[in-house]
Amino acid sequence: MSGLVIEPPRRRPDPAVTPNLHRAAERWESNRAEAHERVDWEAWRERAREIRADAVRHLPELIELLEARMVAAGGSVHHARDGEEACRHIVRICREAGATNAVKGKSMTSEEIDLGAALAAAGIEAVETDLGEYIVQALGDRPSHLLAPAVHLNAVQVAELFARESGRRFDPEDTAALVLYARGVLRRRFLAAEVGITGVNLAVAETGTLAILESEGNIRLATALPRIHIALMGIEKVIRDWAGASHLVQMLPLAAHGTLAAASTSFITGPAREGDDGPQEVHLVLLDGGRSAVRGTPFEAALHCIRCGACLYACPVYRQVGGHGYGSTYSGPIGSVITPLLDRTGASAELAWHSSLCGACVEACPVKIPLDDQLVMLRARAHERDPARAEAALFAAWARLWSRPATYRATAATAGRALRPLWSALGHEGWQRRLPFPFSGWTDGRDARAPDPEPFHVRWRRRRGGS
Amino acid sequence: MPAPPVPAPPVPAPPAPAPRVQLFVTCLVDLLYPEIGERTVALLERLGCEVAFPSTQTCCGQPALSSGYPRDAVTVAERFLDAFADTEGPIVAPFGSCVHMVRHHYPRLLEGERAAIAARLAARTYELPSFIVDKLGRPAVGGRYPGSGMTTVAYHHECHMRYGLGVTAAPMSLLRGVAGCTIVEPLHGGLCCGFGGTFSLKLTDVSVAMADEKLDSALGAGARAIVSTDVGCLMHLEGRARRRGLPLRVHHLVDLLEPDGAL
Repeated sequence: MSGLVIEPPRRRPDPAVTPNLHRAAERWESNRAEAHERVDWEAWRERAREIRADAVRHLPELIELLEARMVAAGGSVHHARDGEEACRHIVRICREAGATNAVKGKSMTSEEIDLGAALAAAGIEAVETDLGEYIVQALGDRPSHLLAPAVHLNAVQVAELFARESGRRFDPEDTAALVLYARGVLRRRFLAAEVGITGVNLAVAETGTLAILESEGNIRLATALPRIHIALMGIEKVIRDWAGASHLVQMLPLAAHGTLAAASTSFITGPAREGDDGPQEVHLVLLDGGRSAVRGTPFEAALHCIRCGACLYACPVYRQVGGHGYGSTYSGPIGSVITPLLDRTGASAELAWHSSLCGACVEACPVKIPLDDQLVMLRARAHERDPARAEAALFAAWARLWSRPATYRATAATAGRALRPLWSALGHEGWQRRLPFPFSGWTDGRDARAPDPEPFHVRWRRRRGGS
Repeated sequence: MPAPPVPAPPVPAPPAPAPRVQLFVTCLVDLLYPEIGERTVALLERLGCEVAFPSTQTCCGQPALSSGYPRDAVTVAERFLDAFADTEGPIVAPFGSCVHMVRHHYPRLLEGERAAIAARLAARTYELPSFIVDKLGRPAVGGRYPGSGMTTVAYHHECHMRYGLGVTAAPMSLLRGVAGCTIVEPLHGGLCCGFGGTFSLKLTDVSVAMADEKLDSALGAGARAIVSTDVGCLMHLEGRARRRGLPLRVHHLVDLLEPDGAL
């Protein structure tokens, strides 16, 4: 099951995934630290931000240019207002070609539009060819990270899966054997497929070129062997020119893995030329899916995202709840921002609270999206849309009391007086085991610091005089 | 040949006039940890500052902003503006998160003339460690961890100071000047402790799990105390450590900067 919003976010940690995520994040942290010594990180991210901001600001004209250049190169471009329309385009292209076997490259956009279900319903068998995606597909699971879909699993779980599939035994320590097994299965699928379906990391408008970065070589096969290549892309991934592209194809792997180049980067400009090997048709499906509506709003910077996954690794909440804890295709801090922005149902508004607002994601972001500020604004937006909340009345009352020194002090004095007997009973230690609602959640897991019977402002007045 | 002129002895620089500091005590320190406020005053005075306490201050408004009630936050922020706009000199707080609110959020939260006032206030508002190290030019101010022998401590960089204000060196510099303790770096030291204001009430289980990791990694590194400058983190970490009965003490940095180690 997939789609932009899948289920309500979970409010509990998932102890089964946390160690796996810490391990992956530690690897990411140490690679990143090394990489930052090789480049001027702050200058690099400012340049990346400029490239992406320019693209999103000029999106309609760049999309138009991309389409013109791609068509001139022999490709086809299809526009989709929403996921459903994008799926219809892709199914139609497959049907017109009489295709029933497809190989898929990793694409979160395809998860967003629930492409797997649409293809299955149309009788098109599409197998995921990224190793992690292959694993989660075989498990009936779904990806839990933008770039590392099976990061929540460990080698033991994978060895068990492959053993069930093949009837062979696998040693989880021998990851090479696991990879070889998957490669064998996938090679047969690559050779049989009539269609290759991939995502796109960025599209260069000036030449109509699609760039796809990968680690495993499956993208090269999926875009070279089948007769038809269908690329699915959110409209915001377009950029102006090759000057920008040459920076971003380094910045993306740098932010994602701490390397300056992906293991392989494919640049695709139209179908194979006369006499060359390669697909006879290249189709680009451009998904809006609510993205245009985010332009020109205070949230526009969220569209600058290059889907590197850095903010996920950086996020302490992601490490606790795991990618699936967000209940949506896009997880982590960026998922908590873009999901409510793209989701018209309002069902995912709660995601804005899946953050302690620590800001580690902002520091990690290669295009400097102010994710923490956006989360705060999304919380306010959620309240504006759903104003009938007891909490709103509580905060309004609080603001009235605490915006006047006299009433601020009165509440302090009242709390101090009310708690004084308790305070003495506790031997002036000032810690309590139980608090009433709305603070009971605090004392479910923590002792609570009690208000001091003599606040600082009282002590100051007593010792120094004054009002 | 006349003897080369004897260079005049260097004239000692006149002592810098005692800067007048406006104490922004913050509501949590005021109401829950008044002794942290008192220690802040004592420290600033020991360093030659004259400390004033604008008496009409209440709260910076951050709880409302981060809970998604910006209008209520503005209502309370207006009080901060009124309390400090007519004062002079640096505004200093023993709580980095509130400084982050003033410096980062006020200028875009408030409008028109109030935004201009906010920007001027933001430019002269400091958290205590940076003010001491960078403004007063005192990389260390002494202090001692109480008790005989050495205590192993872990410093928890509060996130709004580390990620929001980009400050990590100043508190470490001050901590290194404290006698009687050795500093360790726990695993995952850069992660949030899970306080996060109302996050601690909304995603209680996640918040507590984050505190447990922070406490366990401090203990695992051999620490017997955690030191920070965020009263929210302190309250959260100590509350959890007490609930679990862990052998860990939790201190505000200013507690350790007392000259006699009187905690």
